[in-house]
Amino acid sequence: MNVLEIRDLAVRFGGVAALGGVTFSVAHGTVTSLIGPNGAGKTTAFNVITGFQRATAGVVDHDGVGITGWRPYRIAARGLVRTFQRTSLFPALTVVENVLTGLHLRGSVGVVTALLRRGRVREEERRLEDDAARVIDFVGLGARRDALARALSYGEQRLLELGVALAAKPKLLLLDEPGSGMTASEKAALAGLIRKICDDGITVFLVEHDMRLVMGISDRVLVLDGGRLIADGSASNVQRDPAVIRAYLGAGAHADA
Amino acid sequence: MTLWTVALAVVVAAPYWIWNPYHLHTLIMAGIFAVLALSLNLLLGYTGQLSLGHAAFFGLGAYASALLTVKLEWSPWIGLLAAVAVPALSGWVIGRLALKIRGAYFVLLTISFAGVISLVSVNWMDLTNGPLGIPGVPAIEIGLPGLPVVSLRTKSAYYYLVLAAVALCYLACAALIRSRVGRALIALRENETLAESVGIDVTHYLVLATVISAGMAGLGGGLYAHYTRFVSPEVFLFTYTVTMVTMVVAGGKGTLLGPVVGAVIFTALPEALRALTSWQWQMALYGILLIAVLFFMPRGIVPTLARRV
Repeated sequence: MNVLEIRDLAVRFGGVAALGGVTFSVAHGTVTSLIGPNGAGKTTAFNVITGFQRATAGVVDHDGVGITGWRPYRIAARGLVRTFQRTSLFPALTVVENVLTGLHLRGSVGVVTALLRRGRVREEERRLEDDAARVIDFVGLGARRDALARALSYGEQRLLELGVALAAKPKLLLLDEPGSGMTASEKAALAGLIRKICDDGITVFLVEHDMRLVMGISDRVLVLDGGRLIADGSASNVQRDPAVIRAYLGAGAHADA
Repeated sequence: MTLWTVALAVVVAAPYWIWNPYHLHTLIMAGIFAVLALSLNLLLGYTGQLSLGHAAFFGLGAYASALLTVKLEWSPWIGLLAAVAVPALSGWVIGRLALKIRGAYFVLLTISFAGVISLVSVNWMDLTNGPLGIPGVPAIEIGLPGLPVVSLRTKSAYYYLVLAAVALCYLACAALIRSRVGRALIALRENETLAESVGIDVTHYLVLATVISAGMAGLGGGLYAHYTRFVSPEVFLFTYTVTMVTMVVAGGKGTLLGPVVGAVIFTALPEALRALTSWQWQMALYGILLIAVLFFMPRGIVPTLARRV
């Protein structure tokens, strides 16, 4: 069963095609990776799927429902939650506050309740704080819960981003280069976390540069190059694919565009 | 905690230990400005959006209550309700218009709105009496069945009405901020893209904050109208907005107590300086002190002191 179906997705900026009509799907309960050289269109694909960018053409379906052109918060409410390539947090808030903010969709208090029914607010706050503690422990930031996000080390910040995304109760988690800038041991821990997330029933869709990370955890690998899908298969098959090797080692034509 | 109890007692007993009516007047004005500063802080301090047209909401509130009570002779209490409702409605329109507008564009939108409303108040002679203003705004009375009518005509009585309004607005802000709603507002200030990506409907919360903020500023306007008993286009002056911004920023934006502290200090300061020096020095000293506060306490008085305690 596919949670995500992409058909003929194209994004053009003027004359440049960032995505030139790609079709693929992401199967439920898998870790699927999207790889490719710089400028291949990976992040563009993520932006369109999560509503941060408009597609020029094509369709995005989630669980059989068309979500093309929806606003990001509605897409998130359906259970598609993403992280960003460049660290994106609420910098002036603490770890706990970051995760509590991420828990927005798990709460229901509105203005009237907040003003008039403090009992219900306290109840919800207690419940959300328990949820937050679980998320923080899961990503391994238990000792840092009261630290400001901007005071965390880079690796910790990336873990917190993951925590904020998990707080939003994703069914499909889209991670944009979660391992970038991490040390080797941090990456190994991250790979373990991603596997655990998947085992908890959350489908993971990953954009990543680090081949060892990708090959170690992916059930399936999609390869983009110059806005087109050039390979789709298991990690080992993709690694042997001549078109992929050419794209990565470069015949010069489209290296690091 | 005992310190807070003492402070509260001092504030509540103010009319009994402040003999000079002018000092009490200053304190009432500080209370009205505290309502305005709390209102502006909701937008500027928590959602991070600067409204430079906040005097428009204040003035709309003042006119709404004045017109209803003078022209239609409605009860001032209904006037005060309208003073909240009319600006809140205009806040909703502003918020919807600001759907995609942030930062400098939001600032320009609010300035333009204030400019338009101000021109209307001057030129719509039939309704507003133009620059002559509306005199004879009635005093507020409390008439509970079975009890004698209490008029809030005196300064000491009005002080308690304003104090209640400040408490109400403060508690409302505190209740909002310490909930899921408050976190959504702060998320908008901290990182709008991330907020959207975890399912926060940022536009909805910006509209909400604008409506509540505008309603609160309107309440301040209504209180002002029934206190001074006179409303003129002067209520739309940009100076009012600048004063509110000064109070919020110097007091500590994004804190609950900051705007209240800022309102008291920056209402009392010009009066204190007036008593101490000649008028030439008054404004210069005010400016120097303001710059000193911003220079030495860039995050505001309350956050700086809170860290030292």
